[in-house]
Amino acid sequence: MLQIPLWNRLLIILTVLVGLSFAMPNFFYGTVERHNDAVAEIERTGTQTPEQEADVAAWPSFLPATLVNLGLDLRGGAHLLAEVQVEDVYTQRMDSLWPEVRDALRDERDTVGTIRRIDAEDGLLQVRISQPEGMAAAVAAVRELGQPVVSLTGGFGESTLDVSGAGDVITVQLSESEQAATNDRTLQQSIEIVRRRVDEAGTREPTIQRQGSDRILIQVPGIGSAQELKELIGTTARLTFHPVVGRASSPDEDTDSRQMILPSVDEGGGYYILEETPVVTGDDLVDSQPGFDQQTGEAIVTFRFNPTGARAFGEYTAANVGAPFAIVLDEEVISAPVIRSAITGGAGQISGNFNVESSTELAILLRAGALPAEMTFLEERTIGPELGADSVKAGETAAVIAFAAVLIFMVASYGLFGVFASIALILNVGLIFGVLSLIGATLTLPGIAGIVLTIGMAVDANVLVFERIREELKTAKGPARAIELGYERALSAIIDANITTFIIATILFVLGSGPVRGFSVTLGIGIVTSVFTAIYVTRLLLVFWFERKRPKKIEV
Amino acid sequence: MRLRLVPQETKFDFFKHARLTFGASIVAVIASLVIWAMVGLNFGIDFLGGTTIRTDSTVQVDVGDYRAALEPLELGDVVISEVFDPSFADDQHVVTVRIQAQEGDEAVTPETILAIQSALQEAVDPEMTFPSVESVGPKVSGELIQTAIIAVLASLGAILVYIWLRFEWQFSVGAVAALVHDVILTIGVFSLFQIRFDLATIAALLTIVGYSINDTVVIFDRLRENLIKFKQMPLRDVMNLSANETLSRTLMTSGTTLVALIALIALGGDVIRGFVFAIAWGVVVGTYSSIYVAKNVVLMIGVKRDWSKPTDGGGASGTQFANVDA
Repeated sequence: MLQIPLWNRLLIILTVLVGLSFAMPNFFYGTVERHNDAVAEIERTGTQTPEQEADVAAWPSFLPATLVNLGLDLRGGAHLLAEVQVEDVYTQRMDSLWPEVRDALRDERDTVGTIRRIDAEDGLLQVRISQPEGMAAAVAAVRELGQPVVSLTGGFGESTLDVSGAGDVITVQLSESEQAATNDRTLQQSIEIVRRRVDEAGTREPTIQRQGSDRILIQVPGIGSAQELKELIGTTARLTFHPVVGRASSPDEDTDSRQMILPSVDEGGGYYILEETPVVTGDDLVDSQPGFDQQTGEAIVTFRFNPTGARAFGEYTAANVGAPFAIVLDEEVISAPVIRSAITGGAGQISGNFNVESSTELAILLRAGALPAEMTFLEERTIGPELGADSVKAGETAAVIAFAAVLIFMVASYGLFGVFASIALILNVGLIFGVLSLIGATLTLPGIAGIVLTIGMAVDANVLVFERIREELKTAKGPARAIELGYERALSAIIDANITTFIIATILFVLGSGPVRGFSVTLGIGIVTSVFTAIYVTRLLLVFWFERKRPKKIEV
Repeated sequence: MRLRLVPQETKFDFFKHARLTFGASIVAVIASLVIWAMVGLNFGIDFLGGTTIRTDSTVQVDVGDYRAALEPLELGDVVISEVFDPSFADDQHVVTVRIQAQEGDEAVTPETILAIQSALQEAVDPEMTFPSVESVGPKVSGELIQTAIIAVLASLGAILVYIWLRFEWQFSVGAVAALVHDVILTIGVFSLFQIRFDLATIAALLTIVGYSINDTVVIFDRLRENLIKFKQMPLRDVMNLSANETLSRTLMTSGTTLVALIALIALGGDVIRGFVFAIAWGVVVGTYSSIYVAKNVVLMIGVKRDWSKPTDGGGASGTQFANVDA
């Protein structure tokens, strides 16, 4: 008969209590949020102010302090979908490969003759040799430069380079598996740099996620606009050092191949002709600090290279004393000093028209690293905090009214049983919030709609059971038996109906993004908790009541 | 005194007007398709690409002013629509400005957005604020369409398979027919009233699919039980019995869900109104279709009657009940 073992009862009660305790902080959202912020701040800075202390004390530390994250549409903030131009990196790789290829082919000079790099499409390195007969040897020599691909996703043993010869031209490019591995690294590096830059700005809970093979989703709550966010992360700060070939007066002057013309920052209208292949890049930087020149008192930025960078820089400066070299930041020549002596220590400084602020900013940018490739923004959304606050308020009101209406409806239809179902329903909403907090999910406006929908649908399982009990009562086997049969026979319908809805929630979760995903999460969780509360909690309440009253007759 | 949506025991003949109801469904589906083809959906920027800017101002809205202010910027197709919501203050006038996607793969440039904002502030109200700005590049919007279509088809497919596994293939055909009916009718309503159709609407469509199948499954579950219990009763009568037995539950659940959704439509703010409306509409057609479409289709195809044997071949034995009333 209506038996639920004691351990089962305890388990049900315990589950509900744990769920509710995780949900509880959300009812004191402001207090708990300030508490969490203060704790994080104290941990970060190691000091605490009286206000922070008060904030920490406002919420007892033994209570759970997990909160449901509010989505951008509820809190306001910016959302960006960036596409990383991963192909940029192929070109850079080819540029840095050229000196090695040149040296390798020079060793074979007897068979291949003289060599010259010719202009090629992005991502290709093409070299013309004067003795086409030596092509086989040339290709073999360049192939030697390839290394086995290092990646987790296969392509083991394959070379990083694809080398082919046709006529008198050797074409070198990254092999397919190396391209994939490179893309992966580029994206990870970009994400890391974006994360560091967003963190430097000290915003709360930014979401920085990889999407697909070349995209990054960036969501930052509390930031003023997508434009601000773009400025924060979009500054590439790509630092390179190039040999200077000469000066130019316009950007359209003719140059040799492998050279480029870049504008100068300090001299309005001045241009430099530079070698396209840099001597050293910012990738080899290990540190950068703002500072002051001891002689002039001018604001400067100091930097230090890693050993590879230091060696390359030292060798180049030793060989080119007296020649100018250009410090290029984001396609602009910051300065083009003349090398007075070899710089072997790997440290240097950049001077230009800096003030304290701009030198500090540049130092941060250099330290945070360059984005390995350019990013284009495919999607931008800005939601103002007022709109978000209005949405929360509207959602709350609607949810409360919906809740009250459903409860009245249930009690009017099923009397005492309706009361049990209502209690289960309240616990259900509590559990949804508990689970959302526990897994750190983000609540969005459609997510609130999902909860309201769940409130409507959560009664379904109860209704199925109650209707079934009514039917079983007609065949009169006594109330206890009717209740038991009601649960037993309604179960398959409950399970089937909820699994199908759960399938939909899963599909939405997998394929949806942003707000849609938020909706699918609350819907999915709502299905699980409503089945749990309907099958276990309502039943437990019924059993408690039944054991106390032992009614001869029940009315559902 | 208990609230009863339906009497304790009902004996409705749901097939009595099957020609009428099923015919009406077919007509509605065709009408929806025609409206969809003729008028088209009012796609949001999620699917078309472009930019929407929400403006908030204390000045009475004259759409002409907005249009005139944006004319010199040469942005192509610009749609300006005023938003109404009971939660707005008396002197709060909200407008959404939608601009078509500009050249290139990317979202609209910040310069363009700034130009639009200052043009509006200059022409309409210097105090105007912009609570939200959203921009989607054409590259992403193309992919979003694709994902949306995949999501809808995947849901239908997954349900087809699940119902097939749990019941019989005839049931899954009936269930999916009902779902397609619901989805098309919703698209029809969105075309007819030109409600904005975006990613959230797709989520709503899938929710409708989930809700409708939920309803259908409950009736099917009872049908399966009754088919075992009443082996000799004609299929049509078993179906009527099952629908009547579950009628009270069907209306109760739809009722509570609708009550909750109506609260959300009235008080949930204008941002998600379209989304919630789609779900509410879906609950209505979903309830209708599980009673009048799904069962009719199963009745037409017929169903295996002898559930004591594990394997079927039942399609054949069931066909004697086919075309009873359709």
